[in-house]
Amino acid sequence: MFSIFGLGPLTLITFLPLLGMIVMLLIPAGTDQEAKEKSKNYFRWITVGFTFIQLLLAILIYANFNSGMNGVNDPASFQFVENFKWISLTGLPMLGDLHINYFVGIDGISAPMILLTALICFVASFSSWSIKKAHKGYFIMYLLLDLGMMGVFISLDFFLFYVFWELMLLPMYFLIGIWGGPRKEYAAIKFFIYTLFGSVFMLLVMIALYFAVGSFNLLDMMDPANFKPGALLTGFETTWRLVAFIALFVGFAIKVPIVPFHTWLPDAHVEAPTPISVILAGVLLKMGTYGMLRIAWPIFPEAVAYFQDYIAFIGMVSIIYGALCALGQHKIGKRDLKKMIAYSSVSHMGYVMLGLAAMNTEGVVGAIFQMFNHGTITAMLFMIVGVIYDRSHTRGLDEFGGLANKMPIYTGIMTIAFFAAIGLPGLSGFVSEVLVFLGGFKAYPVMTVISTLGIVLGAAYMLWALQKVFFGKLPERWQGPWDPTGKIYKNDDINKIELAALVPLAIVVIFLGIFPGTLIDMMTTSVNHFIEFVKIGGQFAGM
Amino acid sequence: MTQETLLLLSAVNLLLPLLGFVAIIFNQKRLGRNAGYFGTSLLGVNLITSIIVAATKLTQFDQAGMLQMKFDWFSLGNHSVTIGLGLDNLAAVMLIVVNLISFLVHLFSLEYMRDDKRFPRFYAYLGIFTFSMIGIVIANNFLNMYIFWELVGLSSYLLIGFWYEKDSAANAGKKAFITNRIGDFGFFAGIMILFYTYGSFMFDDIFALIGDGHLPFDNGTMLTVAGILLFMGAIGKSAQFPLHVWLPDAMEGPTPVSALIHAATMVAAGVYLTARIFPMLTADALLFVAYIGAITAFIAATIAITQNDFKKVLAYSTVSQLGYMIMAIGVGSFTYGFFHLVAHAWFKACLFLGSGSVIHAMHHSMDKAHNHSMDPQDIRNMGGLRKRMPWTYYTFLFSTIAISGVPFTSGFLSKDGILAGTLAFGSLTGHWFITFAGYSAAAMTAFYMFRLLISAFHGRPKTEIAANTHENNKFITIPLVVLSVITFFGFYSLNPFDGGTGWFYNKLKAPATVVPAQYQWSFLVPYEKLNADLHSDNCMNCSPAEAKENPHSAGMENPHSEGMGEVHAEGMENPHAEGMGEVHAEGMENPHADIHAAEANHAHGVHAGSHHAMHRFEEATHEAHVPAMIISLIIAASGIFVAFTFYQFKVFNPDTIVGIIKPFYLLSYNKWYFDEIYDASIIWFTLAFSKLLAWFDLKIVDGTVNLVGWVVNGIGHIVGIFDNVVVDGLVNLSASTIGFFGIVLRKFQTGRVQAYLVMTIIGLMLLIYFVV
Repeated sequence: MFSIFGLGPLTLITFLPLLGMIVMLLIPAGTDQEAKEKSKNYFRWITVGFTFIQLLLAILIYANFNSGMNGVNDPASFQFVENFKWISLTGLPMLGDLHINYFVGIDGISAPMILLTALICFVASFSSWSIKKAHKGYFIMYLLLDLGMMGVFISLDFFLFYVFWELMLLPMYFLIGIWGGPRKEYAAIKFFIYTLFGSVFMLLVMIALYFAVGSFNLLDMMDPANFKPGALLTGFETTWRLVAFIALFVGFAIKVPIVPFHTWLPDAHVEAPTPISVILAGVLLKMGTYGMLRIAWPIFPEAVAYFQDYIAFIGMVSIIYGALCALGQHKIGKRDLKKMIAYSSVSHMGYVMLGLAAMNTEGVVGAIFQMFNHGTITAMLFMIVGVIYDRSHTRGLDEFGGLANKMPIYTGIMTIAFFAAIGLPGLSGFVSEVLVFLGGFKAYPVMTVISTLGIVLGAAYMLWALQKVFFGKLPERWQGPWDPTGKIYKNDDINKIELAALVPLAIVVIFLGIFPGTLIDMMTTSVNHFIEFVKIGGQFAGM
Repeated sequence: MTQETLLLLSAVNLLLPLLGFVAIIFNQKRLGRNAGYFGTSLLGVNLITSIIVAATKLTQFDQAGMLQMKFDWFSLGNHSVTIGLGLDNLAAVMLIVVNLISFLVHLFSLEYMRDDKRFPRFYAYLGIFTFSMIGIVIANNFLNMYIFWELVGLSSYLLIGFWYEKDSAANAGKKAFITNRIGDFGFFAGIMILFYTYGSFMFDDIFALIGDGHLPFDNGTMLTVAGILLFMGAIGKSAQFPLHVWLPDAMEGPTPVSALIHAATMVAAGVYLTARIFPMLTADALLFVAYIGAITAFIAATIAITQNDFKKVLAYSTVSQLGYMIMAIGVGSFTYGFFHLVAHAWFKACLFLGSGSVIHAMHHSMDKAHNHSMDPQDIRNMGGLRKRMPWTYYTFLFSTIAISGVPFTSGFLSKDGILAGTLAFGSLTGHWFITFAGYSAAAMTAFYMFRLLISAFHGRPKTEIAANTHENNKFITIPLVVLSVITFFGFYSLNPFDGGTGWFYNKLKAPATVVPAQYQWSFLVPYEKLNADLHSDNCMNCSPAEAKENPHSAGMENPHSEGMGEVHAEGMENPHAEGMGEVHAEGMENPHADIHAAEANHAHGVHAGSHHAMHRFEEATHEAHVPAMIISLIIAASGIFVAFTFYQFKVFNPDTIVGIIKPFYLLSYNKWYFDEIYDASIIWFTLAFSKLLAWFDLKIVDGTVNLVGWVVNGIGHIVGIFDNVVVDGLVNLSASTIGFFGIVLRKFQTGRVQAYLVMTIIGLMLLIYFVV
């Protein structure tokens, strides 16, 4: 354990971006072209610097993390805990006393997410080199987003969680809406409204839980003994509790996203600038499933038992539906590579849902590991699309071919990413998929077997895209160098900044494929405790 | 050498090629041509260690079963995922096969790939392939096997598409990977069933539990299903019907790759898998395996007859021969199936490398003539190569003789054993189709192989290019010579007419089945186990009452028991068969008598190693040996004879025959239209469905979202109008009303005192009037 000025590591890692924002606010962006050119490099490197320190902090936290502690519902076994009074109002009409705490801490479920967030924010800051305008605003928003995401993963107080959850929505809206593609306003508003829609449900449940428990402490909400008699959500398997679970589930599921709430995702991805797509797929999608693990499952265990089958079904449908839509991209309209990858995300997040529904060790460990792996792998995929988009200003799959000879190093990295997405052994995606399937099969044999068809379809669309872009003959229009002036791209292959973004991810993907234990060991104790806790909670209702 | 050292050496064997891959892939430019020498010497070291490992295993640890090393890959808290290495006799022999062929292909490619611009990368890929393949060989559990199974798929993908500038090559690689994934889908589902049931991936754990009577979902049918699902992996990887379509396309890869991956080793991995799971395959699963193998062997052979592309003929021949091996294992002829795998690996690698030698020479000749339009692989452009390329010719000839099943070759020994097995199987079960497929494929094999040999090497050159070819250098001829030499029978058995007497057969006896007796062919259950089952009171399944109800042994309508019935009827002179027949088919009115019979067998039957025990099938194969051999000799001879009459002596013109049997010819020439059928059915359906879904997603799902947005927006507009007109209107109305009164009242504000006075008086009078 370490602390600076009395601030614990979690506070430091979360609010470090704030410091970066303040520093950037003090640097003038400049008015004329020359000054702008100069200042943009400051903003870039400040962001890289701060996210790098953040990554180092995350690694320190990893090194000091005790994987033998339970967490989940037990405040004593959370780690790096900080708990202060934040808002304290007394004698309010109707409410009585209102206490909101700054209560943060991590366990084996949130620790991998901290690592993931730090890693993705760091590498995405390199892919932010492609941002063309308003650098000051962009990087300030970027760090604010970073802060919000980190905050969500450390919060153990529902109110605090909600604040961070909403906090991250704001920069995301602007990042898509200002720095996005042609239909950016549409995509940004769609994203915003969808998420807000989910947040409203979450807010309602949060308030109802507050009235029942008298505190916003998530861990208090997990203990049925804390529910006041007669409150709306008191009891077991009451209609209100089931409804509250559904509301919470929908709120989180929109973020995952599950079919049929997923259509904001392809639009948001297609319009968002590359680094924002990376963060969106890499971290934001995980918030939905994380919310389920942290809030929905342990607070409403009997509802999980009640709806388990439907959740597994949703997982299966997402896997197959997402994969088929990705495959279908080669048939309709403009064949957009980014859209295909967005649909593959729907499919891959379906594995997480299946694992969460299975509620056994393999399933849940696989689900969390898949959250991490999908984060790194899909981040790679979006960066890879960004690389050719920056050069060619198109993502149309039909417009490429034969890039393998023009960009050999790039092709090598892309092959790793694509095969990781297909679930090739030796790469991290394989381990998590196998665990999800093994766990899923224990609970839902038939649905799991159908879901494994996703790996066949996955191979089909991924290899098809790989071939379209890299194999065959180079079209006439790309025969020459990307940048004849040599100013932006000195040679045709991937440049150093892009490598700085992709290589760390490639290393993580390969390393975790061979030594998955380095990450899985962190989570097993908490996950086993989680399963036991939720199962016991669910069985009270006599399921 | 201790067990640990042996396993350590196998691990070194596994990792050395991986080291080669890593070293080369990151230093392609720096290494240049040295990448080839580096990769080849690594494989040379690997070959030597593998020979040491195999020799030690087969001598010192011959009876030790599988030497294993297990370790935890990662922990899940309350249990771990365990993987490991295993070395048994099967793996030991396979290790030599993989390393020797890989080494020779490395050597061969030094010349064959000399001018390729991606020469170093080729060697890197060969390295990762060899690594993955050895991983399959020394896996002691299903998870390892699946991991390396996928990795060989990757290397195959990379190597088929090695010349990715060609669309056909890129397409073939993709097709191979996806088709294999369909098989792997089943393989993985099988693994899930086993892991769910037994909580382990280890072969020994799973087999032991099955042997103890634990069945998936407590159901014998599910054991059959699990076996068939696992076998689906083999259907994909070993290019069995109906997933065989990828292998001929895979010939787009460089020819050394075809020899290594798509003839000798990777495609044989499916056979290897089937051999691995052999002990847990039930009677129904084995029958399925046998039929798939037989159908594949037959169909592929019919296609090979009419192909004109040198490599395509060999590719279909490979599919057919793989079917042979699968069929052999399916009928219970385990050892001969594996023997055929090894024998086939040598001669088919030799044939492919020979074709590579021919193509290489044709290419050179074309380059010299500045001719780039001709197809160097079409046998109609060849002819007369015998004199120009003698080394290639004689090695090719010897391999052709071997694949055709002519005596004094390894191919004869293995094929003969398989055919005897199918004959025995036919007689025991009545499934004569398998016997028929085996013999007809043998006849066709002899025919098309000699057709190929004669067309390419004999006669006069059909083109100028062929006339100007020359023998290749040592890098190419040495591998050919080595491979054709080890095709000689003496390496496997000293008796040129019976493989069953050689070391190979004795070291690689079929492992005993672990399937409960009522789900297994009774002729595959060792006598001692049948005996033990009868003695055991705990064995519910074997009690007389149960045995009667059991579909596999109860009524005559069941093909299995029918088989038994035949044994019973035909094998009267054999007391064992009678005993067995009664035990299984008749039920046990008087178990003691039967036990007595079975006990009599006991002493007779058990003579082999710890993991092998005599069963009825082995004896039946032995009995079928001589008739099988005679028929197979006649059939091979007639196939060769017909090929010579058509193509060498030209007694008949093949074209006239083609004219007579046109529909059959077209069916064969067009590969039974499998690709067309798949394109028009499964592929079309999947793509159309995905297109429909993508449309549905865009128009309906997202359309609904947009519609909701539009409606909300519209409501907003209406509310806006309402707000403007009604709410604001009311406000304005009240304002204007007040304004109106103001205007009216203003009229009275004249400012004249007289007027005010008058109005006051009028007002006062009205007030008085109304009030009073």
